[in-house]
Amino acid sequence: MTVVNQNLPKILVFSTEKISDPAIDMAGLLKLHYPPKVYTIVVPCSSAIKPKWILKAFEDGFDGVFIAADGTDCPYGESCVEKTSALVQNTQDKMKTKGIEPAKLRMAAICSVCSEAFVKQMKTFTEYLVNQQ
Amino acid sequence: MKHKIGVYICHCGGNISDYVDVKRVAEEMAKIEGVEISVDTIFACADSSQKQIANDIKEKGIDGIVVASCSPKLHYPTFSSVAEHAGLNKYNYVHANIREQCSWAHSDNKPKATEKAIQIVKAAIARVKESEALETIEVDSQKIIAVIGAGVAGMRAADELADLGIKVYLIEREFFVGGRIAQLDYLCSTTETGKELVTRLYEKIMDNPNITLFTGAEVIEKKGSIGNFNLKVKITPRYIKNKCKKDELLKAIEVCPVEVLDEFNFGITKRKAIYKNFPSEYPQIPTIDSKNCTRCGECEKVCSSIDFSQKEEVLDLSVGSILVATGFDPYTPKENEFGWGIDNVVTLPQFRRIINMCDDKLVYNGKKIKHIAYIYCVGSRQVDGENKYCSRYCCTATLYTSILTKNKYKDVQSYHFTRGIRTYGKQEIVYDKSSRQGDIFLQSYEDEPPMIEQKKGKTIVKINDILTNKMELEVEADLVVLVTGIEPRKDTNISEVLKIPKGRDKFYNEIHMKLRPVETVIDGVTIAGACQGPKNIMESMNSALSAAAKSYSIVNKGKLNLPPIIAVVNKETCTWCNKCLDACPYDAISKISENGKDIAFVNESVCKGCGMCLPVCESDSLELLGYTNHEIENMIKALVD
Ligand SMILES: Cc1cc2nc3c(=O)[nH]c(=O)nc-3n(C[C@H](O)[C@H](O)[C@H](O)COP(=O)(O)OP(=O)(O)OC[C@H]3O[C@@H](n4cnc5c(N)ncnc54)[C@H](O)[C@@H]3O)c2cc1C
Repeated sequence: MTVVNQNLPKILVFSTEKISDPAIDMAGLLKLHYPPKVYTIVVPCSSAIKPKWILKAFEDGFDGVFIAADGTDCPYGESCVEKTSALVQNTQDKMKTKGIEPAKLRMAAICSVCSEAFVKQMKTFTEYLVNQQ
Repeated sequence: MKHKIGVYICHCGGNISDYVDVKRVAEEMAKIEGVEISVDTIFACADSSQKQIANDIKEKGIDGIVVASCSPKLHYPTFSSVAEHAGLNKYNYVHANIREQCSWAHSDNKPKATEKAIQIVKAAIARVKESEALETIEVDSQKIIAVIGAGVAGMRAADELADLGIKVYLIEREFFVGGRIAQLDYLCSTTETGKELVTRLYEKIMDNPNITLFTGAEVIEKKGSIGNFNLKVKITPRYIKNKCKKDELLKAIEVCPVEVLDEFNFGITKRKAIYKNFPSEYPQIPTIDSKNCTRCGECEKVCSSIDFSQKEEVLDLSVGSILVATGFDPYTPKENEFGWGIDNVVTLPQFRRIINMCDDKLVYNGKKIKHIAYIYCVGSRQVDGENKYCSRYCCTATLYTSILTKNKYKDVQSYHFTRGIRTYGKQEIVYDKSSRQGDIFLQSYEDEPPMIEQKKGKTIVKINDILTNKMELEVEADLVVLVTGIEPRKDTNISEVLKIPKGRDKFYNEIHMKLRPVETVIDGVTIAGACQGPKNIMESMNSALSAAAKSYSIVNKGKLNLPPIIAVVNKETCTWCNKCLDACPYDAISKISENGKDIAFVNESVCKGCGMCLPVCESDSLELLGYTNHEIENMIKALVD
C-alpha cells in the first residue's frame, strides 16, 4: 500500500472485551503492523453499540467505523450475530439519510485469535477510504 | 465530573518508550483541564510506582486515575486494587492500552505511534472524567471444575482439586488415561516408571468420589462465562460392557482380523481393532476402535462382553471453571529430514518403545544394534522450519535414554550429534553420567547440520565437528535416533471450542509469562502442562498445581464478584415498547408499572451486562454502566480532537 501518512483516514474500531480485543492485542504482540490512525473503543459485546455513537464518530471527524464483531463466538450467545447485523443495517439507513456513504461503516467477525484477519481488514478499509478522499 | 486526575505513562522497560515518546505524551496530558498530575514511569506495575499512585490518591486528593501501559488484560486488576486500597473507587480508574495497540502495533512508525498514544490517553482522560463510582455485584458460581486431558498434568490437577472438596469432571479424549508418560517406562530423574506414576494417580482419582472420569470424551461446545460455563461433551462408547469377562476379552482380541498401525508404539507395531495398549493400562477395559472395526462379528462369537448396541451420547455439564491440560505431540520429521524414511532411522519416542519391547538383546528390523547415533534438535530450534523454540525435555531425555540402553544391553556405544547440550538444573547429573559411561559427543552449528547417507547398505552420519575444530568426522550407525522435539497436540477441536489464543510457537498462550502464567484471556479458563509449551514432568506438575489453585479460587466461594456492568433504565424517557425485552438473552428485563406508566425494569442479578438491549431502544432510555453515552461520546471526541 502506498499511502502517505499525512492523509491516512481515521478509523474508529469498536472491539469487544473478550473476543476481538484480544485479537487486536495479539496483532501487536506479533508485531503485525497496520495503519496507525486506527483507534479502538472496547465494549462488552458488538451488539451493544448504539447507532448514535457511530453517527457521532462521523460527525466528529472519523472517516470510517469498523465493528470487530463477536460473531458466533460471542460469550453472550449466538443471537449476537443477527443483532450486530441489525444495528449495522439500521445505522447504515441513518447514514444514508444524512448523506454519509454507508460503506464507511464496516463490520466483520474477528475471533479472539484472528489477528491477521483484523490487520487485513484495517489495510483494505484504509485503502478504500483513501480512494474515497 | 472528575477534576483532579492523575495520569501515569509507562515506559514498560523500553517496550513502549522505544517507539513512543512517553515524556511528550505526559507533557501533553498535563495541559488538559482537570489533570492534576501527569508523569512517566519506567514500570507502572513496579512496587514503587504503585506506591506513588496510592500516595497521590491519598495525599493530593486525586479523584480519578489513568494508567497508560500494556493491555488491560494484564494489569487491570493490579491498578484496580491500587485504587481501592488507596480509597478510590476502582471504576474511577481507566486503563489506556499503549503497548499492544500502539507501540508494538506501530513499531514501524515512531512519530505516528507517539501521536496515536496521545489520542488514546486523551480519550482515557475524557472517559475517567465522566466515570462514576460503582460497586461490584455478587453472582453464584458452580463449585465444579472441568479438567480437559487426563495426562499427568490433568490427573494431578483433578486430584488436588478433589482433595480441596471441589467436584471435578475429568474429560479424556482417548480411552485410556496417562497421556504421554504411559508410553514411557523409566523416567528421569527417579527410578519410578511412567506406568507406575499413572497407576498411582489413577488409583487416587478412582478413590475420590469428587472426580468423575469420562474417557472417549470430547468437549464439542462451550457456552456461558466464568462461574457458569455450559459444556456439551460427546462420549464415544467402548462397545464393551462395564462388567466384562477378562479371559473372553483376550480371546476376542486374538480373533479380531483387523490390524492397524499402533499409535501407542508410534507406528512400529500393529494392533487389532479391539485393543488395549498394554496389560496394566487404565481403565482396564479394552475398547473397540470404531473407525477401523469392520463389524465382522468374530469377537462377538467368543466374547459375551461385546456390546454394539452402545450409542454415542452428548452430555450437558455445568462448571465454574475449565482447566485445560491437553499436552503435546512428538514432532514428525518431514520426508528425508535427517534420513527420515531410511529403515534404520527412528524417532526418540519410537526408540523408547523399542527398548521397552527388547528384553536382553537390542534388535531392530532383525538386526542387532550396537552403534547408535542420536541426532539432536530435530523439529526444534529450526533454522528454516517454523519451530524456533527449544523443546527443553529432549537433551535430558536422550542422555537418559542412552544411560538406560547401556545399563540394559552393555555393549552399545552412543554417539550424540548435538547443537550444544542443554541439561539445565539438576539434569546436569545425567549429562555427567553419560559422559562417564563413554558416550561420544559431537557438535554442529545450526547452518551445518549433520548429514545422514546410505553407502553400500551402511548408514553413515557425517559432521563438521566444532568440538574438534571442524574436523570432518563420520560414524557408521546401526540405528539413527532422531531426537524429535514437541509440538502442540494436533487434530484437536478444543482450541476452536474454547478459543484460547495461541502464541508464535502455536502452544496456548498465558496472559502474562511471569505474572499470570496459567490464566488465559478467556476468563475462567486456565492452562497446565505441555499444552502451554515444552515441559518435563516436574514443570508440568508445577503448572498443573498452580492452574488448580487459580481455578479453585474462581469457584471455591460459590460466589463471584463480577463487575457491576449492568443496564439501567431512564424512567423518565422509557415508554415501554417491548424491544429491549426481546433483545435480552437472559430474561433480565420485565415490564413494570410506575406512577401509572409502563416502563422497563432490569433485574440486576440476572443482567450480564452484554448491552444487547441498548441499540434497539428507540428512545435511548437504556445505558450500560461503565459505557454510558457520556463516556463513549467523550472518548470518540477525544480520539479525533
Ligand atoms: C520421549 C520422551 C521422553 C520423556 N522423558 C521424560 C522424563 O524422563 N522425565 C520427565 O520429567 N519428562 C519426560 N518427558 C516429558 C513428559 O512426557 C511430559 O512432561 C508430560 O507428558 C506432560 O504431561 P501433560 O499431561 O501435560 O501432557 P500429555 O502427557 O500429552 O497428556 C495430555 C492428555 O490430554 C489428552 N487430550 C488431548 N487433547 C484432548 C482433548 N481435546 N480432549 C480431551 N483430552 C485430550 C491426551 O489424550 C492425553 O491423555 C518425555 C517426553 C518424551 C516425548
